Amino acid sequence: MEIVILHTDVYALSHHHRFQWEEAQQNYVILFPEGMVKLHGGAGEVIKRVDAKLTVGEVVEDLVKTFPDAPNIEAEIIGMFEMAVGKGWLRKV
Amino acid sequence: MTQASLGESAVQKVVHAQQNNGVAASTTNTQPLWLLAEVTYRCPLHCAFCYNPTDYDKHTQNELSTEQWIQALRDARKLGAIQLGISGGEPLLRDDIEEIVVEAKKLGYYSNLITSGVGLTEKRIQAFKDGGLDHIQLSMHDISEEINNFITNTKTFELKKKVAAMIKNHGYPMVLNVVIHRYNIGHVKEILEMAEALGADYIELANTQYYGWSLVNRSQLMPTKEQVDEAEAITNAFRANPNNKMKIFFVVPDYFSDRPKKCMNGWGEVFMIVTANGDVLPCHSARVLPNMQFPNVRDNGLEYAWKESPAFNQYRGDDWMKEPCRSCSEKANDLGGCRCQAFLLTGDAETADPVCTKSPHHHLITQAIEDSKNPVLVSKPIVFRNDKNSKKVIAGEFDDRVAEFHSLP
Repeated sequence: MEIVILHTDVYALSHHHRFQWEEAQQNYVILFPEGMVKLHGGAGEVIKRVDAKLTVGEVVEDLVKTFPDAPNIEAEIIGMFEMAVGKGWLRKV
Repeated sequence: MTQASLGESAVQKVVHAQQNNGVAASTTNTQPLWLLAEVTYRCPLHCAFCYNPTDYDKHTQNELSTEQWIQALRDARKLGAIQLGISGGEPLLRDDIEEIVVEAKKLGYYSNLITSGVGLTEKRIQAFKDGGLDHIQLSMHDISEEINNFITNTKTFELKKKVAAMIKNHGYPMVLNVVIHRYNIGHVKEILEMAEALGADYIELANTQYYGWSLVNRSQLMPTKEQVDEAEAITNAFRANPNNKMKIFFVVPDYFSDRPKKCMNGWGEVFMIVTANGDVLPCHSARVLPNMQFPNVRDNGLEYAWKESPAFNQYRGDDWMKEPCRSCSEKANDLGGCRCQAFLLTGDAETADPVCTKSPHHHLITQAIEDSKNPVLVSKPIVFRNDKNSKKVIAGEFDDRVAEFHSLP
């Protein structure tokens, strides 16, 4: 199944998933039943903004504003959404 | 934000406890990300495949107190623990699980209750929900009442179905764990259909691994290679059906695989168990290993246990390896397999896991697979996991059953 991310889509963390900062690891993590995934800084910045209210377009806009020096950031953000939806971490609302 | 920070590279690692009975991690990271609290060895079920120690009866009188568990949770969290499994025995036989759950939530753990369902009431599950328990994993045994009641040596079939519904009604994901063995492997299709019908979100088909009671009962429990292959094929067909939403984990039994498992994803790498009596272990069955003194939370605490205790450092990395592991090109993939299995089957904890085809002891595994076809061996009665049998183990009464192994598992 191909995952298409539109700028007007709104996402939330999947049920029974939790996103939090881990001080001991200096990383964001996503936790779910008996598993976890550790996110590098950039990926964490994307997921942090996913709140069931902001659209994908608004998340991109905010990240571009926050990280003005990052090249090609939009494609990477969309790529992160594709992966997170594909892995079941995010659900569309 | 850098180029390398997003996309696939964003995921530093995926840790999943349902694969390979451990969790994945790089060998350089030795944080106990996963803390398993085996809060009691008491259990109302008597499963013939239980991996608990056969001498567990020794540890039913000296369980840690609520305060000691709470302290252990706090100390482990400081070391980086984040996934908490509350297990046993049957954890619900303790009446302080509610307090432990509240503390886990306060500390930021993702908490998992691993239960047979016996003792789960509306009142308790509501308290767990209010306290912030994240998830409940329920063990199921078969679609047939007869097999469920036989293998657990209890009448718990109807109760498990009720508990499954209760879990769902309280908004928990339904995660079922089914241990697979000779008596239910022929029902894998029906088990998957039952789980789907119950509304399960995840199901783990955990092929029996042979430690503890399951090793004592190996000749009774072990399916044939053909049965395992068929069960896997049925599982794959079920997964391929787009109408089935449930996620399935099929844990391949290592006897039937030609490469050993990277047990616990490395000794003392990401996994830490605190047992009912406070012993701290790097894996479920480590106490079978000879000449090894495991730390206890009552003595030096968890930081010492994880970082400094000789036991946790004994098999970290690969310096301890002998040939053929030492010069093996695959040693980083599997770290030579399981130390306990190596010891139980060969008498040498530092040799290659006999599951490996390169092991000089691999014939022990091929023989066990061959024996699984042999109806003479399976005529031995099953030794159910109960207090009476555990006392007999301690008294040496089952020595003939384990004579081929190098320690009581």
